[in-house]
Amino acid sequence: MTSTVLEFRGVTKRFGTLVANNSISLSLAEGEVLALLGENGAGKTTLMNILFGHYQADEGEILVGGNRLPPGSTQAALDAGIGMVHQHFTLAGNLSVLENILLGTESLFSIRQQTGAARKKLARLAEDYGLAVDTDALVGSLSVGERQRVEILKALYRDVRILILDEPTAVLTPQEADNLFATLKSMTRQGLSVIFISHKLHEILAVSDRVAVLRRGEIAGEIETAKADRHKLAEMMVGRTVTRPKLTAMEPGDAVLEIKDLSAGKTGAEGLKKVNLTIHAHEIVGIAGVAGNGQRTLADVLSGLQGSFSGSVALNGGALPAGDPRAIVASGVGRIPEDRHARGVVGEMQLWENLIAEDIRSQDVSRGGLIIDRGRATDRANRQIEAFDVRCEGPDAETKLLSGGNMQKLILARALSREPSFILANQPVRGLDEGAIAYVQEQLLEARKRGAAILLISEDLDELMALSDRIAVISHGRLSEALPTSARTTAEIGLMMAGQPVAGEAA
Amino acid sequence: MIIEPRQSVSLLRAGLAPVWAILAAMLICAVLIIWTGTNVLTAYGLLLKGAFGSAFAINETLTRSIPLIFTGLAAAVAFRAKFYNIGGEGQLYAGALAATYFGTGLITLPSFLMIPFLMIMGAIAGGLLLLVPVLLKTRMKVDEVVTTLLLNFVVLLLVGYLIEGPWKDPMSLGWPQAASIIDEGVLPTLLAKGRLHLGFIIAVAIAVLIWAMMRFSVLGYEIRAVGYNAGAAEFSGIKVGRTVVITAMISGGLAGLAGVSETAGLKGYLTLDLSPGFGYTGIAVAMLAQLNALAVIPAAIFLSAVYVGADAMSRAVNIPTYIADVLVGASVLAVLCSVLFSQYRVRFR
Repeated sequence: MTSTVLEFRGVTKRFGTLVANNSISLSLAEGEVLALLGENGAGKTTLMNILFGHYQADEGEILVGGNRLPPGSTQAALDAGIGMVHQHFTLAGNLSVLENILLGTESLFSIRQQTGAARKKLARLAEDYGLAVDTDALVGSLSVGERQRVEILKALYRDVRILILDEPTAVLTPQEADNLFATLKSMTRQGLSVIFISHKLHEILAVSDRVAVLRRGEIAGEIETAKADRHKLAEMMVGRTVTRPKLTAMEPGDAVLEIKDLSAGKTGAEGLKKVNLTIHAHEIVGIAGVAGNGQRTLADVLSGLQGSFSGSVALNGGALPAGDPRAIVASGVGRIPEDRHARGVVGEMQLWENLIAEDIRSQDVSRGGLIIDRGRATDRANRQIEAFDVRCEGPDAETKLLSGGNMQKLILARALSREPSFILANQPVRGLDEGAIAYVQEQLLEARKRGAAILLISEDLDELMALSDRIAVISHGRLSEALPTSARTTAEIGLMMAGQPVAGEAA
Repeated sequence: MIIEPRQSVSLLRAGLAPVWAILAAMLICAVLIIWTGTNVLTAYGLLLKGAFGSAFAINETLTRSIPLIFTGLAAAVAFRAKFYNIGGEGQLYAGALAATYFGTGLITLPSFLMIPFLMIMGAIAGGLLLLVPVLLKTRMKVDEVVTTLLLNFVVLLLVGYLIEGPWKDPMSLGWPQAASIIDEGVLPTLLAKGRLHLGFIIAVAIAVLIWAMMRFSVLGYEIRAVGYNAGAAEFSGIKVGRTVVITAMISGGLAGLAGVSETAGLKGYLTLDLSPGFGYTGIAVAMLAQLNALAVIPAAIFLSAVYVGADAMSRAVNIPTYIADVLVGASVLAVLCSVLFSQYRVRFR
């Protein structure tokens, strides 16, 4: 029996009437990887924020190595040897790796950096944990995987005993994720303890010793990883069995969207370089890739936000009305934007107002394109809210009050009600809970059955493998050929995401 | 002490926010009044009497509210689209310049045409003045707060030059003022006594029009969407830059109307003291009205009453009229706080 290094005792945190954490008791043993699993809003982040003193718990206490951690003090948590690697890195791109790691550890009054000892210590840490990084490289020039290694080194340099990783694989290719898991294993062998926050089941099964599942602010269960499997964990997380929809084989129809030699955007990784892609009716084509490799530019061109590009984009044989979102919608494109809050809806407006946003000047909802026809707009909103099962108080409710899942249903209602022939689904299930994910995916499959061509952009390989007829990989703005999903393996796609050519693939 | 968001904001609570704010502001100013050695109740009584205590007082308060309704609407419309037009004062004078240029004999039309003509010209002048800042904003991301604010001084200096020089009225006995608006262009007074003129009815009608536009029209929808969330507006196909430019034209036009109304309604001619900062006070009006065009009317009348009442109060007891500025400033600050409190609650433990 190893000793307990961290213990939560009955931690409760309320926000108004919402109980974010309800009497959470949890312990972490030395040399253990504890996975914290839960849907968005289950209370994972709140719990970590309490640990780091960003919030104060209403009840309960936290013990580190048997000593009570003073509440509300970030410094106390750091002093107690707790380190955290956030999903969004906190590094300065214009400083070197060494400078980033030393930042904040030095006296403000020292005249010259004493780097000799630091270099020696870093070299030893890198050796011990397999975290090879060039300490003199500028952080801005590093890949995302390398930056994460710098973040971990930064924590280790400060002699952490407990490392918390918040959704660490969200920005990694599968190979980089495997490297991370190997690092974690070597860390725990040296007696460090790790809390690994994730909602990806296969990672949790791969890396953790024990899983604690949070659901609606409570511990829904704890289980030894060796005794768990995907179904068991999913059920614990959601509270019921949820089956995600599956793709059934269908014969593709005519070409709906034809992209030829499309180049657009900046010259960096985000710009598109000679992209070719054809999507047929009854077909879902998935695009895999690490965030920031041109997905946004492609989505912006197809949704009408970016009108300047070279090459051609044809829709049902005619040219796509580039740079004009309303014309694109009118010509039969349904668009699900990447970011619900920033692009999808105006939170301060009412549901019915958001539902008419894309065609407000049409005869359907306005008189002569000048005056809003409130009656018809409300009627249509009522029908759409019912058809897409948006749980709300009615069409007059304020949109920002909707849950993430219902907000996404609202966007689906707007995009899919007109039965578009082409659907751009950009991260359609990001941040949704299992029930909502299943609903969104069912709707996409329903549209495919009806005859829509669908472009699915996702960072979740499992989702792409499950829903796509064909998969293409985007890296540095170049899109690979879209091959049938059955002809690809996850490992292959991972290599291509990292920019490496795969045998048999045209460069 | 912690601050938490409220689950929902009731309409009553939101509507009462300015009322609480005004009471809070009066409480703050009470301290200053006590400092001068005057009884607070006496002072506020005199203020109320000075603003509403007689037919003459009410007449004056409403007259003074006319330019504030226009400049309040100008700020309310622009701020809705998150276009921070601080140049109401300059646009007001641009409107007054247009009224003077066209209304002092250049063109003579019958009254029922002359008045709308001057109004339209003033609105165009106010809008055009804002064209440069708004294009700098939408094309080159130049901050409009700086450009609109600084343009005020440019316009004021231009007015000073014109009324001291080429436009100076030879009949003015040396006073720096422009020629009088011809009789056909003068806004008639509404009552036998007092200075209240047609501008009040026009201002109220335009406030209702702007309210309806924001609420029922596609343009109003697009202005609100751009102000709340430009990213989502752009995604849904609203041309954000164009909407901001149109909003700015409306806003500048409304402020220009204030200038026409003051020149052709109240004074009859252009001087440099045409506006004691109506353009800036309009921002306070809009904030007090929480950018609602209909609420601009009572907000403008309230601020007008504070100024008119404070004048009367300072004549009766020994309190400087500057107390009015303090009261207005405190009211606006209190409104901003009360809006916060209608959305958040403070919990002590």
